[in-house]
Amino acid sequence: MSELIHQQPHHVKLPEGSIEKQTTTLNLGPTHPATHGVFQNILEVDGERIISSEQTVGYIHRAFEKIAERRPLYQITPLTDRLNYCSSPINNMGWHLTCEKLLGVNTPKRVDYLRVIIMELSRIADHLICNSIVGVDSGAFSGFLYVMQYRELIYEIFEEVCGSRLTTNIGRIGGFERNFTNAAFEKIEKFLKEYPVTLKEFENLFNRNRIFMERTMGTGGISAERALNYGFTGPNLRATGVDYDVRVAAPYSSYEDFKFDIPVGSTGDNYDRFMVRNQEMWQSLGIIEQAFRKVQEFRGTDADVYHADVPEYYLPEKQDVYTKMEALIWHFKIIMGEIDMPKGEVYHSVEGGNGELGFYLISDGGRAPFRLHFRRPCFIYYQAYSELTKGALLSDAVITMSSLNLIAGEMDA
Amino acid sequence: MARPVQYNVKNEGGKIVITDDMPPGYGGEGFFATTLDQVVGWGRKNSLWPMPFATSCCGIEFMATSASHYDIGRFGSERFAHTPRQCDLLLVMGTIAKKMGPILKQVYLQMSEPRWVIAVGACASSGGIFDTYSVLQGIDQIIPVDVYVPGCPPRPEAILDGLLKCQDLVGQESLRRRNSDKYKALLNSYGIE
Amino acid sequence: MSLTNEYIRQRITEKFGDAITNVEEPAGFLTFEVPKEMNLKVMQFLHDDNELKFRFLTDLCGVHYPNQEGRELAVVYHMHNLVDNVRLRMKVFTGINDPDVFTATSLFESANWQERETYDFYGINFVGHPNLKRILNVDEMDYFPMRKEYPLEDQSRIDKDDEMFGRGGSIS
Ligand code: SF4
Repeated sequence: MSELIHQQPHHVKLPEGSIEKQTTTLNLGPTHPATHGVFQNILEVDGERIISSEQTVGYIHRAFEKIAERRPLYQITPLTDRLNYCSSPINNMGWHLTCEKLLGVNTPKRVDYLRVIIMELSRIADHLICNSIVGVDSGAFSGFLYVMQYRELIYEIFEEVCGSRLTTNIGRIGGFERNFTNAAFEKIEKFLKEYPVTLKEFENLFNRNRIFMERTMGTGGISAERALNYGFTGPNLRATGVDYDVRVAAPYSSYEDFKFDIPVGSTGDNYDRFMVRNQEMWQSLGIIEQAFRKVQEFRGTDADVYHADVPEYYLPEKQDVYTKMEALIWHFKIIMGEIDMPKGEVYHSVEGGNGELGFYLISDGGRAPFRLHFRRPCFIYYQAYSELTKGALLSDAVITMSSLNLIAGEMDA
Repeated sequence: MARPVQYNVKNEGGKIVITDDMPPGYGGEGFFATTLDQVVGWGRKNSLWPMPFATSCCGIEFMATSASHYDIGRFGSERFAHTPRQCDLLLVMGTIAKKMGPILKQVYLQMSEPRWVIAVGACASSGGIFDTYSVLQGIDQIIPVDVYVPGCPPRPEAILDGLLKCQDLVGQESLRRRNSDKYKALLNSYGIE
Repeated sequence: MSLTNEYIRQRITEKFGDAITNVEEPAGFLTFEVPKEMNLKVMQFLHDDNELKFRFLTDLCGVHYPNQEGRELAVVYHMHNLVDNVRLRMKVFTGINDPDVFTATSLFESANWQERETYDFYGINFVGHPNLKRILNVDEMDYFPMRKEYPLEDQSRIDKDDEMFGRGGSIS
């Protein structure tokens, strides 16, 4: 490109000195609407083509890891909500599973299945936002408006289960704070019935859409080796053709009881990422349906189990707290965070919306973790953005950014 | 005798429904008289151009507010300009870290008067749950704020309510407020000339 | 053939002898410590060996142990063999006064930002890192906030009366 500028046709008279610097420095972010989050890209562009770029992150660094060193276990759940806020329940569950691993708690099957339902619902919510935003960035706003309504349905289910929409703080160590109501099950059923229709419609809008394909195919691609070297996980890695999924590689919460496929792509470009996410939504729907049926099959007392027996961490029934001495003591001990946790060191990971979300917890036997580190998939794979966009057009770089599903909260911790 | 003015008024089954509260004044056929303050305030209030400054979780809830289900467009504010120069309402949603502070201030300075600010969510209002070394304890430490919306995150209804509260403020603002000494002193206290 | 923890242990002790210390298996997760001069060599071996194939760096983070004289800071690497689906954890300790550790960026691109983050939080100096500067915090910050001696609370806050929270000290 730069040679082209030198070979100006002779009849074009440019003012003196105007071509000394052949490239333009462009600042994208941190408040640019196309970044969908707060991070800064300083791009060196030659015309429309990106020559090099540099990223700055940390604009909403909130010091989660430092806060976590001062909090008892149950108070860390609200922090995990705010990591990847598009799929908070997965983070919550991941954290509870980590604690349970440290404490050696076994959860009943019904709890596992209920967790699976919630996690897969939030995976759908996550992918749905990402994919519709890819649509918006490639110029199709209508898809966004179609599916956002269904995210509201998912949020209604969360509300029914835990009372909150976005930052859910759902579940407790050992299970859920209360049983699912009938209304919740009805809403899940309704969602299972209605969402596939819209998802199909959404796919019809995009999948074979000429404009969309031209915009996304062959842009922002990465090879499997490079992706692994960059530490990609989740849909972005699977789009390159590597079938690594934590749900299968290290099943947690009884994922081994479910049948589902891992969709993979081949080129790792924006189109593949989009398709992988779309397919994952179908798989998630399948998993929810299976889990839903399994939950219905419990009979007798099993049908009411919604938490494991962990008196040291699971709050006693409110009624007991008012009437029984022992329950009252436990209640206070838990709330005040006066319970020493066992010494130990655990790493647990779950398949988050963006990939392997890991929790590395070191406990020295105190009341708060000695060290808690979050493996945040977003933070790790955003490093590759420079490489992904090298030589790409500026407008494609914007789609690449949204198809990576960069969530600033997760990136900056 | 002059007939009642029907502009901006819908007739539903014989009952007159006013779709927007007009400023008080005298009206007759073909004319309406009121004070300039009120007309301008009325106009401004119903045509706010918000600049969404969404940084984190609250921004996602704002997304829901602007999408199909809650539809902020019903309140005359769906025109997001994404450039501070064109906007008169700054919606700050999400945690503002110390690293972000100067940028927020710059965005505020780039907006032209009159400008209003809504702090959406606990983080923007007070730092929220993050009393840490890296988080600004409320945006009112660097820019003046007109309306605070509590919640972590606030429900979309709450964000809409905040917008309506801000519209009330805008509608009642006197034309001279932005030139007054008191206002200048307020800006000066933030180091803004 | 599935790769077992015993086998990995045997291979690395064969290769590096006594340099591998503190081998443990908390919750079935092979953990060991290597001297800080050897971190790259061990990692390279784990990466290149045809049977071990630890070619995925899952995670890299720092830890501060203020009570361990001379080895206050630790860098913890989580590595993953994606083919056989085995993970291991490798630790490197260093003193707080000479926090120099070799960088893993030449082996794994993903180490780049994670090392910058570790530098930002703990001040561990990764020797050979292409661009070692703060990543999450502002450049002007003059301390390493995750070290245990620094408080969490925002020191510039003036609207909070700590007496109410039983933490002593009040603002007049
Ligand atoms: S107030 Fe709560 S939801 Fe909003 S940005 Fe802060 S932490 Fe996130």
